[in-house]
Parts: sequence; structure tokens; C-alpha cells
Amino acid sequence: MAKYLAKRIFYLILTLFIVITVTFFLMKLLPGTPLTNQAKLSQSQIALIYKQYGLDKPEWQQYLLYLAGAVKGDFGTSFQFSDQPVSYLLSSRIGPSLQIGLQAMVVGVVLGILVGAIGAMRQNTWVDTTTTVVSILGISIPSFVLAVLLQYYLGLKAQLFPIAEWGGFIYTVLPTLALGATPLAESARFVRTEMVDVLSSDYIELAKAKGLSRMGVIYHHALRNSLIPLITIVGPLAVNIMTGSMVVENIFSIPGIGEQFVKSVLTNDYPTIMGLTIIYSFMLCVVLLFTDILYGIVDPRIRLTGKAN
Amino acid sequence: MADTAKLPADSFKPMSADDRAALDSEKIAAPSLTFMQDAWRRLKKNKGAWVSLILLALIFIFAFGSAIVSPHDPNQVHPEYANLPSKIPGIGINGFNGTLVQAGQRIDAYKQAGATGAHYLMGTDYLGRDLLSRVLYGTRISLIIALVATLFDLTIGVTYGIFSGWKGGRVDTFMQRIIEIILSIPNLVVIVLLILILKPGMLSIIIAIALTSWTNMARLVRAQTLEIKEQEYILAARTLGESSLKIAFKHLLPNLSSVIIINTMFTIPSAIFFEATLSYIGIGISSPQASLGTLLNDGQKNFQFLPYQMWWPALVLCIIMLAFNLLGDGLRDAFDPRTKE
Repeated sequence: MAKYLAKRIFYLILTLFIVITVTFFLMKLLPGTPLTNQAKLSQSQIALIYKQYGLDKPEWQQYLLYLAGAVKGDFGTSFQFSDQPVSYLLSSRIGPSLQIGLQAMVVGVVLGILVGAIGAMRQNTWVDTTTTVVSILGISIPSFVLAVLLQYYLGLKAQLFPIAEWGGFIYTVLPTLALGATPLAESARFVRTEMVDVLSSDYIELAKAKGLSRMGVIYHHALRNSLIPLITIVGPLAVNIMTGSMVVENIFSIPGIGEQFVKSVLTNDYPTIMGLTIIYSFMLCVVLLFTDILYGIVDPRIRLTGKAN
Repeated sequence: MADTAKLPADSFKPMSADDRAALDSEKIAAPSLTFMQDAWRRLKKNKGAWVSLILLALIFIFAFGSAIVSPHDPNQVHPEYANLPSKIPGIGINGFNGTLVQAGQRIDAYKQAGATGAHYLMGTDYLGRDLLSRVLYGTRISLIIALVATLFDLTIGVTYGIFSGWKGGRVDTFMQRIIEIILSIPNLVVIVLLILILKPGMLSIIIAIALTSWTNMARLVRAQTLEIKEQEYILAARTLGESSLKIAFKHLLPNLSSVIIINTMFTIPSAIFFEATLSYIGIGISSPQASLGTLLNDGQKNFQFLPYQMWWPALVLCIIMLAFNLLGDGLRDAFDPRTKE
């Protein structure tokens, strides 16, 4: 286990190193400077601004400095907001994103398990059809369409929730619902398929034959065994939430990193884009590592030998 | 013996030669079907998938047909007819009869604009462009982007997967590591970075989506290849001295086809989704070109007062996504011989 963990953490660091390197040199390919009004600036002023951003050094030195900084969590200075370190910009914005993302994941997966399990228990009845329709709709409706509809009907028309801004739990409800729809649908589909499989296996027959109640069979035997493979889709779901958050945070004007990413892309704020790319892949790597370890713990059939698949 | 059957005496007569021929136990009554014919038969039994297939065919015909015959020019600006709601002749339901609520009163927007004779089935946008033509045009652009990107990603993914699985060993491990690294950055982030470098536009969106979404296909194809390459017929082909390339095309590809087709059905909607997201953010297709994403973005600005401007493109987008998902599900069941009928 310890050996496996060490190996995985080594790969995590290697991945991040490659991500940093590739993004750094990609960004160097892009045109653009931190100067806003180049024509009016004198040579010495330009030189000073370049020096402030560390752009006066050769590229390989910039790269090494960036790498050294990134290890310490320093991602340079934003082009857009002068004098604002990227790390400060991001650390003040990551809270709302994490909160909404985690809420969406928890709400989506828990409801998804429920919906999927109910569908499997009443297989091939109208209940099953309804839950299938709900989950296929959840996958087909993009989160940003859902977000606008929720904002309009639940926020503006019904006045149940604030339509935008940030400040307290009530403000997180609509974005959570908009982001949680896909995890709900995906996990419902997944759990249903798994559970239909499990319910037709011999040990469920045995549990029934022992005289366990229906709920006992479902809870102790069917559900537990259906949930193990669900861990494997947590990674893809995290990607989905991160992607969705970029648009959903914009719609609800939430001061999170998704909104910042879009803003930085539209204003060519390269240091911030780089910082965000690294943060996103770091978060995803951690989620993937965590789910892999968890999978090994809950399912003893999987041996953590450090070999992929 | 309570359950003695009373059989008439003539049922114990010896069989005639004709009767014997009719009861040939070796004869196969049903026509023998190839794998694809069998899958097609099963797909037709799946109502959801069948309806989806027809819907998609219709959407394709309308979207691509509108390049030749379009109800209006999608880029023709009529400022005097701006923001007219849907008007479908013969339908009196509010929302489809050309009226809208203004200052608490329902008024006929067409009369107000002086366009009493005109019908815009989906209404017009803020520049007076016919929304139906723009939705058809946008659907076409979205579909082209999704299909071309999927085609590229299919080629990369299948080649990569077969190569990795066929070679095995260190090459395989190394190639899988690369995929793991790509998978550890959210797709949209990579797509956005690539588009920034390639300059926004249709081609760069296609390239960006193609370069990022092949990983899933590669993984599935690799897993299947690992399984198939242990089969006897591959061994036979190798023993007979077939080249690896020929084995890949003649033996691996046909046996991988179901995995590839199913996965393609899920890649297309995700490409449509990425394109819509990019255009929605504002780095995708730019005006006067339109895609479903840009139409949604335009419509969303006026959603409070002119909800139809977002409802129509949203509806089309959702139907396309839904149809591809259902068709993909249907194909998965159709290709899986274990599926119960």
C-alpha cells in the first residue's frame, strides 16, 4: 500500500510538472504583453514593466523561476489586475467554487443513488421508465440551459431563491441544482444498471431465502455491492462539474475560479490562465488518486499493485 | 394414473417419407443473419432508439437542406421586424400566435411592427433575422463541427488504441501514461488553451475538440484489442504470415466496430456540448456565423422578456443530445448479444 501510494504521488507530481511545462510554453506562443497602452509608453517605462513581470529575462530562466514559484504556490502577477499576485486572486476565489462543486457532487450522487436504486427495484414498471427518462434528460440538457431556466422560473418568477450574487447558503441552491443534474443522471443510470445485475445474482437469492426483509436485502446486499463501481465515475463527474462551473458561475455571478477562468480567457490574462490550469489539474489529480485508493479499500478484489488497469 | 392422455389409435401409425422430410431436425428454419443484420433487427425493436434515429435523420435533412432552401436568409437583417415572437399560421395558442405581453397587456407584435402578412415560425431575433433560419443554420454549423471533430478523434483514438493494445508491454504502459496525463486536465481547459493559440474560429474549435476527446475511444479500443489479440483466429493469421497492418484492418477493426460505433454515438453529443459551451462563453463561433451555442447566448440576454429566443435553440440542442444518447444506448443493447429480448 505504502509503495503504491508513493508511486501514485510520484506520478501526480510528474503529471503536474508536465502540465506546468506545457502550459508555460504554450502561453509563450501567444502574442500579447501586460502593457495596456504601448504606443504612449517610453522605452524605459516598457523595460520597467517587463522587469516587474519578469519578462526581461530569457525564456528558460523565466521557466525555471516560474517552476520554482509554482512549487511554493506562487504563480506570478496578474496581467489584468496589476499588483495582484495570481495566487491571492485564486485563493480568494476558490472557496465558493469548492463549496458549490462539492455540494453539487454530494447532492447529485446521493439523489442519483436513490433514483437509480428505486428504478432497479421496480424494474420494467412505470417507476423504472420515469427514473430512466429523468436520468436521460439530465444527461441531455446542458447545465447552462438548466441554470438559466432555474434562475428564471425558481428565482425570478417564484421568488424562492436569489437569482445571482454570493452570500450564504441560500445563494448556493440554484447553482448546486444546475451543476448537480448531470452527476444525478449519470449516477442514477450507473446504479440502476449495476443493481439490476446484482439483484439477479445468487447471493441475493440466498439472502431472500434466508428470510431477510425486502429492505434488508436491498440495503445490506444489493445496494452495497452496486455502489462500489460508482467510485470509478467520480473522476469523470468531477471533470463535468469543473467544466459546468465555468458557465454556471458566470450565469449566477458567483465569485469563483470558473468565472475567473472565463474572464481571464476573454481578457488574455495569461498568468491567471496558467495558474488556473494548474489548479484545475491538481484538483482533478487529487480526486483521481483519492478514488483509486478508495476503490482498492472497499473492493478487496482490486489489488493495488501500481499497475494501470 | 390420473393423467393418462387419451390418444387416438391413428397417432401410432408409422411416418410417411414426406412427413419425415418436413420434420428435419437438422434444418434451420430462421434465415441466418450476420452480426450487423442481427444488431439492426434488435435496434429496430428499441422504440426510443428508432424514434431517435428518425428524429436525427430529419434534423440532418432540415439542417443541411437549409443550405439550399432556407425559409429566409439567416443573415438578412430587418431592424423594423426585430424581436417578433413565434407565429405559426392556424395556431391560436398564446406563444405561437404572434402576440406577446408588453407592460402587462397582450398585444399583437406583428400588427405593431406593421408586418401583418409575415409569418416567422420561430419569431425573429434582436436584428429582425428569422430565428428558424438561424436555428437551422446554427444546427448545421454545430453538427459539422461535431461530426468533423468526431471523425478526427475516431481516427486518432482507434489508431492509438489498436497500436497500444497490439504492441503491449512497455510501449503500452508508456502510451497509457500519456493518456492518464491528458485525462488529468479538465477537457474544457485544454480546449480553451488550444483555441487561444489557434485563434477562435470553426477550424480551431474542431482541432481543439478532436485533440482532447480521443482518449476515451483509445482506452476502450485498447481494452478490446488486448482481449481480441489473444483469440485463435489472430494467432492463425499470424501463423499464416499476415502483416500486423493487415491483421489490424482485416481482423481487429471489424471486431472492434461495435465498440467504436457505440462510443462515437456518445462522442458526438459531447462535441456538440463543448462547442455550445465555447460559443456560450464567447470564444467559439463569432457573429454573423451562428451555432446553437451563440444562439443560446443571444437568447439568454433577453430571456426575461422574449423567452422564445432561447427556448427554440435550447429545444433543438436538447433534442439532438437526447437523440444521440438514446441511439447510443440502443446501439449498445443491439450489439450486446446478452441483451434480453
